[in-house]
Amino acid sequence: MSGMTSLNRKLLRELWQLKAQVLAIALVIASGAALLIMALTTIEALEQTTTAYYERTRFADVFAEVKRAPERLAREIAAIPGVRLVETRIVEGAILDLPDFDEPVVGRLISLPEQGPQLLNTLVLRSGRLAAPNRPDEVVVSEPFAEAHRLGPGDSFGAVLRGRRRTLHVVGTALSPEFVYAIAPGGLMPDDQRFGVLWMGRDALAAAFDLKESFDSVTLALLRGADARDVIARLDVLLAPYGGTGAYDRSDQISNWFLQNEIVQQKNLSRLMPTIFLAVAAFLTNMVMTRLIATGRREIGLLKAFGYGDGTIAWHYAKMVLLIGGIGVLLGALVGAWLGHWNTRLYAEFYRFPFLLYRPGPTSFVAAALVSLGSALAGSLLAVRRAVVLPPAEAMLPPSPPSYRRSRLSDTVFARALDEPTRMILRRLLRWPLRSFLASAGLALSVAVLIMALQWLDAVDALVDSYFVEGQHQDATVAFTDLQPIAAVGSFERLPGVLSAEPYRSVPARLVHGHLSAREAITGVPAGAILSPVHDARRGRIEMPPDGLLLSRTLADLLQAKVGDQLSVEVLEGRRPRLRLPVVRIFDTYIGKPAYMEFGALNRAMRDGRVVSGLQVALDGAAQAVFLKRLKEIPDVAGILFRQAGIAKFYETMGETMFIFVGFFVAFAATLSVGVTYNSIRIALSERARELATLRVLGFSRWEISYILLGEIGLLTWLAIPLGCLLGFALAWYLTSAFGSELFRVPLVILDATYGKAALIALASTVACAAVVRRRLDHLDLIAVLKTRE
Amino acid sequence: MTDLPPHPGERHPGERRVALEARGLTKLYRMGAVEVAALRGVDVALYAGELAVLLGPSGSGKSTLLNILGGLDVPTGGRVLFDGREITGASERALNRYRRHHVGFVFQFYNLIPSLTARENVALVTEIARDPMPPEEALALVGLAARLDHFPAQLSGGEQQRVAIARAIAKRPDLLLCDEPTGALDSATGILVLDAILRVNRELGTTTALITHNAVIAEVADRVLRFADGRIVETQLNETRRTAAELAW
Repeated sequence: MSGMTSLNRKLLRELWQLKAQVLAIALVIASGAALLIMALTTIEALEQTTTAYYERTRFADVFAEVKRAPERLAREIAAIPGVRLVETRIVEGAILDLPDFDEPVVGRLISLPEQGPQLLNTLVLRSGRLAAPNRPDEVVVSEPFAEAHRLGPGDSFGAVLRGRRRTLHVVGTALSPEFVYAIAPGGLMPDDQRFGVLWMGRDALAAAFDLKESFDSVTLALLRGADARDVIARLDVLLAPYGGTGAYDRSDQISNWFLQNEIVQQKNLSRLMPTIFLAVAAFLTNMVMTRLIATGRREIGLLKAFGYGDGTIAWHYAKMVLLIGGIGVLLGALVGAWLGHWNTRLYAEFYRFPFLLYRPGPTSFVAAALVSLGSALAGSLLAVRRAVVLPPAEAMLPPSPPSYRRSRLSDTVFARALDEPTRMILRRLLRWPLRSFLASAGLALSVAVLIMALQWLDAVDALVDSYFVEGQHQDATVAFTDLQPIAAVGSFERLPGVLSAEPYRSVPARLVHGHLSAREAITGVPAGAILSPVHDARRGRIEMPPDGLLLSRTLADLLQAKVGDQLSVEVLEGRRPRLRLPVVRIFDTYIGKPAYMEFGALNRAMRDGRVVSGLQVALDGAAQAVFLKRLKEIPDVAGILFRQAGIAKFYETMGETMFIFVGFFVAFAATLSVGVTYNSIRIALSERARELATLRVLGFSRWEISYILLGEIGLLTWLAIPLGCLLGFALAWYLTSAFGSELFRVPLVILDATYGKAALIALASTVACAAVVRRRLDHLDLIAVLKTRE
Repeated sequence: MTDLPPHPGERHPGERRVALEARGLTKLYRMGAVEVAALRGVDVALYAGELAVLLGPSGSGKSTLLNILGGLDVPTGGRVLFDGREITGASERALNRYRRHHVGFVFQFYNLIPSLTARENVALVTEIARDPMPPEEALALVGLAARLDHFPAQLSGGEQQRVAIARAIAKRPDLLLCDEPTGALDSATGILVLDAILRVNRELGTTTALITHNAVIAEVADRVLRFADGRIVETQLNETRRTAAELAW
């Protein structure tokens, strides 16, 4: 300490005197820094883990499915310029019958090469071994599925493969880069109880599905620098005669697509949330520094009289800001690193990685520190400038009493009815409208952040309500492996437990409008559909027009298509016809980017006759068990999705991620609210200690002067609440639009109760701060303040 | 009350009632490791309606005494009796009531509320008082009837101090305690302020104690209590009081 200059000693002592306020600001800075570090390190970890996982397991670059192609085609595919490796395989669906589970489980069967190791998308064995050659009943199961059903090597379960019942024996569990996000076809969320991936020997699968010397799926690795679009175009040409459904690259691979979407959302989060906190931190530093410099006028004048230069004085106050910011950044780094690790682990459970690389480099921390310190410095720039420009002589004079004036309001009946303490509160607010507004705005921001955080819960409810409750009335959706004649509807309706069944048709297609295109299935929905009609999130059920395409707004925006435009539709199955279809309606939906067409019209356009891809069914709750038992035995059923399970899974998944985040944001917003309130009251107290002490001497009680001091902040809080509600709405609007992706749009729904909760939390923190500061009023030094000018 | 031992050299000014008396007051301040005695045994009585000046160099203990008499500070030892009731050892609440209803303060630096006009500054006190005079009357008494709606920033130092006096006397206090009321003012303005205090003392009969280190001001008092080193070293009775207009410093 001996080497410290007097100026630095003064700095430390002043900070120590202001420690509670310093801590309040540091906590707000820490919140911003922690959020930023959490988001940045999570992104870093997710990207590093994904890249490393994909590299180690040779995740393919291009994927394609085909009806049935001869194995020799592999050589032609390998000859496409830019292709490095080709692996053909068989991928099929099956209904599994797990002993511990009543409902049928959708299984995806993927072949393992009979000889040699996998070339691409290699499995990471988690237990046991791979299926042995010539052991047709051995399977490796995906680890999350095994965990959900407590399966391990040595266990067995039933499966219906192409209508034939088999018993499969588990020999190992594994993870695959293709199923980081393991989602059933048509599902929204991973459901490890109802969807599982199974790997078995190629020969066994070929025998079961009649695909000897053939394949129905191919994956490619490309040479560095190869043009994926060119490879895809050539591959489509090769596969077309064999029922290819259109090749796609990694970015459209479903698991990877979800993962990349999540990373994008994290990036949005890393921009918006810390910005809000750091803006408030800047505002708070400004508030405190302005006051500190105002009360330190005399000292600044003195320092200048001693010959300290402007630069030295500016640096002195800048150091003060940097020290406060430094404490914040340090706290933020600790909390942020912990949160980041925790957050990444959460992702690793949700997205199934076999390992996790959380090794945050210095970049995130340095970036967060620079941004946080920069914003704190920027916030205090004006205050420091004011100190620097003070001429020494003037700085030595006490500030002249602030001039007030009577507003026209002073003569109104209302004003005359006010008592003097209330008049003092109002006059101060009117005398410094900007300062009052800023203090109010700071509080409003905390209300706004609370609303934004709590809004997610409303939004999820609204989303589920719109999509699952209002939009869908079926109990289950059954998908067939192949197209079935319309008579399937009648035969299903005769099954025990089925109340009614409604057909649907799904046609994979590439929709093209001008130079824009998108892969999306067109779903045929019968006119007058009751169980699963097309549902507009804003207007409700839509009556199917007799012909033409109904596009979701997301898809229409993607294609820049509007009602009346003609789309070119490249069908990716069967005869692969090219159709021209008009857009007849655009509707809003929160999930996916679907396209619809009237069931009969779609069948006519496809010229397939009256066929169905699957059924929507309504079930009799009492007879459901019988239905499920029968369903496990029906051939041609590729999968079944239960609406109720979908809702439950949706909430469960949200519960694991979103609710926890909402909790964080509520905690951070409360910190923010406390930071602003506490500083506002403390500043008001130090500015007015003399005035309040005078009043005490004049015979006012503690409670009466508390009213004068706290009445002001109370009034500002009341003003802040409606302002905060407005800001909260704006933030929620921005966030919901920033978070919109092809998969999800978060509806902008804020319940009145949410505004109420946010207001209550803000009020509670104001009351708590007021209670803490009020205790200081009991220790006002009545004598000292009267004796000297400040 | 009459059995109070008279202060050495003190002469009773007739048959006047004692409004406030202090006996054996001591006050110790602890400053780090050292104790400083601000008062070293002060006995004093203020008689109803008199104007007493406490004269002495700074640090002699006169402000400490005034603060204790006004219920702002508590003595280390000794007693203070107001109207026969002991106020030493009274609760914070009781002291607050004492200040609210019985004592008027005037400070060196006025301590007006900048956000309130002259009239409102006075009303601030009359609103919580039991039997106040209208703020306008109090301001007229100090010669500010024409400046009712001015804010402190629009008033001169002397005017601000006179508002402070009006504020102190509007509740008709039993005691008016003034700590260097002219200390921050030039002589001409100081005389105006002093005149206002004298007028209040004369017309309302308010017992007044006034601190100053300006010996000239002592000539307007009934009694002058000279302070040195935490004690009253001399009490002087003015046979003839001079008016403020007669003073010059």
